[in-house]
Amino acid sequence: MSAPIVILGTGLAAYTLAREWRKLDSSSPLLLVTRDGGGFYAKPTLSNALANNKTPAQLQIKSVEQMAAELKAEIRTHCAVTGIDAQRRQIILANDDRLAYDRLVIACGADPFRPPMEGDGAGEVQSINDLDDYSRFHAGLENAKSVAVIGAGLIGCEFANDLATRQINTSLIDPAPWPLSRLLPEAAGEQFTAGLQATGIKFCLGTSVKGVHKTAAGYRLELADGRQLSADRILSAIGLRPRTALAQAAGIARQRGIVANRLLETSIPGIYAMGDCAEIAGLILPYVLPIMHQARALARTLAGTPTTLGYPAMPVVVKTPACPTVVCPPAPGTEGTWQCLSVTGGLEARFLGQAGDLLGFALLGSTTVQSKALAAQIPALLA
Amino acid sequence: MKTYQCVVCGWIYDEAKGCPEEGLAPGTRWEDIPDDWNCPSCGVGKGDFEMVAV
Repeated sequence: MSAPIVILGTGLAAYTLAREWRKLDSSSPLLLVTRDGGGFYAKPTLSNALANNKTPAQLQIKSVEQMAAELKAEIRTHCAVTGIDAQRRQIILANDDRLAYDRLVIACGADPFRPPMEGDGAGEVQSINDLDDYSRFHAGLENAKSVAVIGAGLIGCEFANDLATRQINTSLIDPAPWPLSRLLPEAAGEQFTAGLQATGIKFCLGTSVKGVHKTAAGYRLELADGRQLSADRILSAIGLRPRTALAQAAGIARQRGIVANRLLETSIPGIYAMGDCAEIAGLILPYVLPIMHQARALARTLAGTPTTLGYPAMPVVVKTPACPTVVCPPAPGTEGTWQCLSVTGGLEARFLGQAGDLLGFALLGSTTVQSKALAAQIPALLA
Repeated sequence: MKTYQCVVCGWIYDEAKGCPEEGLAPGTRWEDIPDDWNCPSCGVGKGDFEMVAV
């Protein structure tokens, strides 16, 4: 029998690729290898599970057995891959077993970035990057009355909004002067802040967490500007760092992520990378829609039709019911200016180039209905 | 009226609410949405949605 296509990971990227590839090739062997249990869940549902009254167990959509049957794949769970032998086309497992691959796809995701913090409670700060993390966090909420969320980016704001719906005293801490600072201009950031404040969320902006100290009841956060904050639980959501160690040890080129071209191929032929671990055409885009485009292109390539990855403009929905928001940030390095227009119940911010052309937007509240129409006017991110 | 959930990203379509952003008026039934329609959140096709119990 020929060697299988091997996918490292069983997250959204890995399973979406497997699903798309199976549509094109119903018989060739497929093996997925994962560190965790391999159950399938939609990662975006972690940050609005409380509002939707879902327990962590209910978030799993399919068991690993169901996934293996549907994908006609072997799935090795709780299995660490320790090396890649590109010359022999084999992956190496923790017990030194070797498994041959026909082609290898690295879709092993990213690790939450953790800032250095002082204090005896720093090691107990939680972060959520998969369903197991979320289960642990959720279990700790049972007797928690307050949560401090470090990082007012997309994920931090979504979790804060979700916690606030459960009447949990929630604080959001970020060094930037307004939340979603990399996605929203100031005027939009102010309106977004007001929307979240109305649910009871407290903002500590323009500062960072210096130390976390245990107290009898929970934790005391020491902020860089001298303020103090107490919280029963602490969640850190300040960004992701692509997992590149395995690829790097195998001699695969990396920058911030595992470097891949627009065929999603790494510097070693026959080895591909996608999802949160990959830097494709210089872009790391840890969102669902880019992963869909990657999976479709790579599935075709693996099935014998080399397909170049393209990205249209891809708006991102921020799941903050307290202030519904859709952002479509301009491509990195784009020159232009924001123009904001306040309307009843919302705000529309357009990012315009020198010729007045639309290159990005942020829509709040009532204006989110225009998302699709505006996205159609924006040039493709990867044409 | 029923509710459907995208199996890839968890986006929910509630027939009662429709999805005005997508040009689907409140009350638009799932079967009346064109087959080439895609999930507005992640882009998967209509076939990747599943009915969720209300």
